Amino acid sequence: MKAPVSWIREYVDLPAEVTTEDLTTRLTSLGLKLEAIESAGADITGPLVVGRVLTVEPEPQKNGKTINWCTVDVGAANGTGEPQGIVCGAHNFAPGDLVVVILPGGVLPGNFEISARKTYGHLSAGMICSARELGLGEDHDGIIVLPADAGEPGDDAFDVLGLREEVVEFEINPDRAYALSLRGIAREAALAYGVRFTDPTERDVPASNDAGYPVVIDDPDGCPVFVARRVSGFDPAAATPDWMAKRLQQAGMRPISLAVDVTNYVMLETGRPIHGYDAAKLQGPIRVRRAHEGERLTTLDGTERVLSAEDLVVTDDSGIIGLGGVMGGETTEMSATTTDILVEAAHWDARSMFRTGKRHRISSEAGKRNERGVDPVITPAAADRVVELLTTYGGGTVDPGVTVVGTPPDQPRITMSYDLPARVTGIDIDAATTVTNLEAVGCALTKEDTTLTATPPPWRPDLNDPFDLVEEVARIVGYDQVPSVLPRDAAGRGLTREQRLRRRVGRTLAGAGCVEVISFPFVGDAAFDTLGLPADDVRRRTVRLANPLSSEEPSYTTTLLPGLLKAAARNVGRGATGVALFETGTVAFPSESGPAPIYGVEWRPSEDELAKLFEALPAQPLHLAVVLAGERERSGWWGAGREADWSDAIAVVRRLAAELGVEVAVASATYQPWHPGRCAVFTVAGEELGHAGELHPKVAQAFGLPARSAAVEIDLDLLLRHARDVPPGPQFSTYPLAKEDVALVVADDVTAAEVEAALREGAGDLLESVRLFDVYTGDQVGEGRKSLAFALRFRAPDRTLTEEETAAARDAAVALAAERTGAVQR
Amino acid sequence: MKPEEVEAARDAALAAIAAAADLAELKQVRIDHTGDRSPLALANREIGALPPQARKEAGQRIGRARGAVNQALAARQEVLEAEHEERMLVEETVDVTLPTDRLPAGARHPLTTGSELIADIFVAMGWEVAEGPVIEAEWLNFDALNLGADHPARTMQDTFWTDPADDHLVLRTHTSPVQARTMLSTEPPIYVVCPGRVFRTDEYDATHSPVFHQVEGLAIDEGITMAHLKGTLDHFAAQMFGEGISTRFRPSYFPFTEPSAEVDLVCFVCRGATVVDGVTCRTCRGEGWIEWGGCGVVNPRVLTACGVDAERYTGFAFGMGIDRTLMFRHGIEDLRELFEGDIRFTTAFGSEL
Repeated sequence: MKAPVSWIREYVDLPAEVTTEDLTTRLTSLGLKLEAIESAGADITGPLVVGRVLTVEPEPQKNGKTINWCTVDVGAANGTGEPQGIVCGAHNFAPGDLVVVILPGGVLPGNFEISARKTYGHLSAGMICSARELGLGEDHDGIIVLPADAGEPGDDAFDVLGLREEVVEFEINPDRAYALSLRGIAREAALAYGVRFTDPTERDVPASNDAGYPVVIDDPDGCPVFVARRVSGFDPAAATPDWMAKRLQQAGMRPISLAVDVTNYVMLETGRPIHGYDAAKLQGPIRVRRAHEGERLTTLDGTERVLSAEDLVVTDDSGIIGLGGVMGGETTEMSATTTDILVEAAHWDARSMFRTGKRHRISSEAGKRNERGVDPVITPAAADRVVELLTTYGGGTVDPGVTVVGTPPDQPRITMSYDLPARVTGIDIDAATTVTNLEAVGCALTKEDTTLTATPPPWRPDLNDPFDLVEEVARIVGYDQVPSVLPRDAAGRGLTREQRLRRRVGRTLAGAGCVEVISFPFVGDAAFDTLGLPADDVRRRTVRLANPLSSEEPSYTTTLLPGLLKAAARNVGRGATGVALFETGTVAFPSESGPAPIYGVEWRPSEDELAKLFEALPAQPLHLAVVLAGERERSGWWGAGREADWSDAIAVVRRLAAELGVEVAVASATYQPWHPGRCAVFTVAGEELGHAGELHPKVAQAFGLPARSAAVEIDLDLLLRHARDVPPGPQFSTYPLAKEDVALVVADDVTAAEVEAALREGAGDLLESVRLFDVYTGDQVGEGRKSLAFALRFRAPDRTLTEEETAAARDAAVALAAERTGAVQR
Repeated sequence: MKPEEVEAARDAALAAIAAAADLAELKQVRIDHTGDRSPLALANREIGALPPQARKEAGQRIGRARGAVNQALAARQEVLEAEHEERMLVEETVDVTLPTDRLPAGARHPLTTGSELIADIFVAMGWEVAEGPVIEAEWLNFDALNLGADHPARTMQDTFWTDPADDHLVLRTHTSPVQARTMLSTEPPIYVVCPGRVFRTDEYDATHSPVFHQVEGLAIDEGITMAHLKGTLDHFAAQMFGEGISTRFRPSYFPFTEPSAEVDLVCFVCRGATVVDGVTCRTCRGEGWIEWGGCGVVNPRVLTACGVDAERYTGFAFGMGIDRTLMFRHGIEDLRELFEGDIRFTTAFGSEL
């Protein structure tokens, strides 16, 4: 909401010395948040004065131009009282005219400093200004010639030109709809300074009579008050007075025609939106009702709208002529020939206004006010003000008929104990202050011993609860009075298990050289296609958004990989030779349990109701994804580096599982977007944890990643659920270690994990560790076979092992491996 | 062997030992002069054949000679070993300024570590950290928070709805539904902070993002007032931005709080002075204050909807953007840097904030 300060001052006795900065600071501390202060002429420094042209001597120049050598009376402004000699290139003035002169020492917009200087053979001491030079517009046809009564030579021209006229813009919160008017802002200003407020809606309004335009309200809940006034013989060609046009512009509205401008002006002044009909186009009585589903109306923006049974409409015998309170219809619109105007000022149900505006996507100045709530009591006064302005500036007569149908809704009565403001704010606010402040905002009070009952003023539909009154009291006392006190110490339980584990996961991954990223969780089919997901892949069943930012990515993602692979590619594109990224984030899978219920808010929903609510939510597991692309270990003076491969991806999961003490089984799998021969599936206690391995070459290529890039995606919730909570302190032997290395030849399709498991089981309790240290394929083992070399380490808890014991354990291990996997010792 | 021959053999050995230039030469000298075929060893072997009296004398003489040789050998060995070691250490000198970055460093995202920092500040006060789903029921995101379907304030938050919209699911527009969930599931006293990811249909630019992060706080107890809210936020501000950085309240409007306030932070760069080195402070643009978030006393209607006895308990709530807070704290100029995933950005923050 933009408001010229001079307009605010019209309704409030602000001391002259109050600056705009001070005013806006105080209003901000009352709850009207300052957005900006605009000021025409803020970039002009005087002396800028009124001058009277005394002489004008045209002097043709060699370049074909003619300049004027002028003398100008600037009164005492130049310190001497002598006429000022000024060279001027414009010709639209004559001796005797009042002009605007900037004297040496002044500065014009663009930091243009004025000094006395020699030009065209004269000492030109200043400049006669055009509108453009003053930053007041683009008009450069000539200099400004002031009206003859504008002032006397030497007068300060800032005031004459309305420069220094400041316009303040406030952000108005939904609860302060009354401040969407000069009336409301001025009222707050009066409150801020404790000075008198003159209500622009306080006027003598003629009473309703039978001679007014017939109006029937079928839906008094939707439209409690409807006022109709009529002006006849209006001159449609009449111009909007300059002062009104200027104020409309300052408030951010475009002047259109006198009739429209007056309705807008009164809306800005009072907050009450007004609609004007071309009375000649009305047919029969006006009737306000709800629309029938599917009825149509072309609103005055030229859009045909299909109406809902909830929309409030204004009708006459021709049908619907307007979407009540939101936008008028085309058929009765005022035009350049309208001489009879029917003025509508009506009070509408705010909720209906909000719904209709939302349904038809109409956002208008009128709708903004009507949907937030307007003072219902001022409706007749606003209409009266409109007809006054119309006839004052557009001629014609106000018809004696006055229609006022309906009565304003009752105001609520709010009972509150006197000490509530102190109890809620922590400020020492006594009963007297509470009473004073509530009366200052316009509440009518009934006082009892310990409680008061407040009837809020009609312009405050936001005041309904005792806590609403507390805010009113507190904002006048001042929020700066709130003391700073820490609450009592709570016996908190610290972070939850999951929160601690998540930190541990992040630290482990960072320790493994991975860099965390956060991407947007939006995805589309294109990404799934690029990942090569089959048509029936569960990841293609997404939670779709009704209003996605981009139609390309209309869903909440089911996999973190697209975002992560894009981030990796971005890094590669920016020159990174090796990228290891991880992300932990929520993915979503649709719920089958139907729409989420909407409950009332008068009481807490039951446990069953809450259970139903929670069930309707999509499953939203926390995933972890990792991508490893390019150099995993850098090359350098120490030798060659190492490119990331499938094993790095699997290593990340193993490292994490070890950190969390979770037993994770690894097996090979075929799963997009991984390389079918280089993909591992992990399981925890029989449940699938996720996958890791080398990306399918097509996928790596499609995302612009180096060949052999590897990735991981696992269900982090599942991993964390199985994390070991209280690891037992380990017990280990300090007796000597016995080492046995064995090389076992197995068929190609036997996995290392299978052989290792057999060795482990066969070796028995004396085995401390087993580690595969070499894999060999080639002539020595034959086609279709491979040799796996394991280092077995034995140790007893209570003695030094003999060679026989160690050999026996080794042989048992090899024997079980042979039995289980067909392994042959080399 | 004659005594002078023994002495000659000993002297020859001592000379050879002294002349040995390195450990390899000394090893040869040892073989030559103390080995089985060395003169002194041979002489020693001959002792047995001597008559008993001569045997004793010869034994003593040869023994002394061999002892002297062995002593000299040991001494020389020590010297040569020391020399060798010294030379080795000199030869093995490296350029310690060579790069050592074999393994690239990892890092955690500042939004993660920043959220943890905030959580830790509150946990230290005995608060707990509450979390909830990002795809949330409309009732929890709006209605339970006094934002009914026709509340004009719903348009203050541009909401992502799931399809179809009558499923009544949204991408949560704030972390307030976590507060509602906490109240629905926990008896007061409640002291929780709720950091998390939130969504609004904002265009993506240097200061706006459709995906961003919020931390909200909720305290519900007997006798809670706005003064406790102020005290908590002053403490939070000082922990986040440094001692002496406090807050101020301006009246505002949020449906879930009444009274409501905007929270401003004393600019931690100019510390309220509005100018730095004679130039208008860039961080606060000369305001002396930075807009930080919103807060207020929990609207009793919210308490009622969430099953808290509004007669007995009062509460306060606050919320601020984590992204924005970190941008201020670390002088990050463009919000989008948080979501680009450029490793140069993230690694600059290490693994803790």
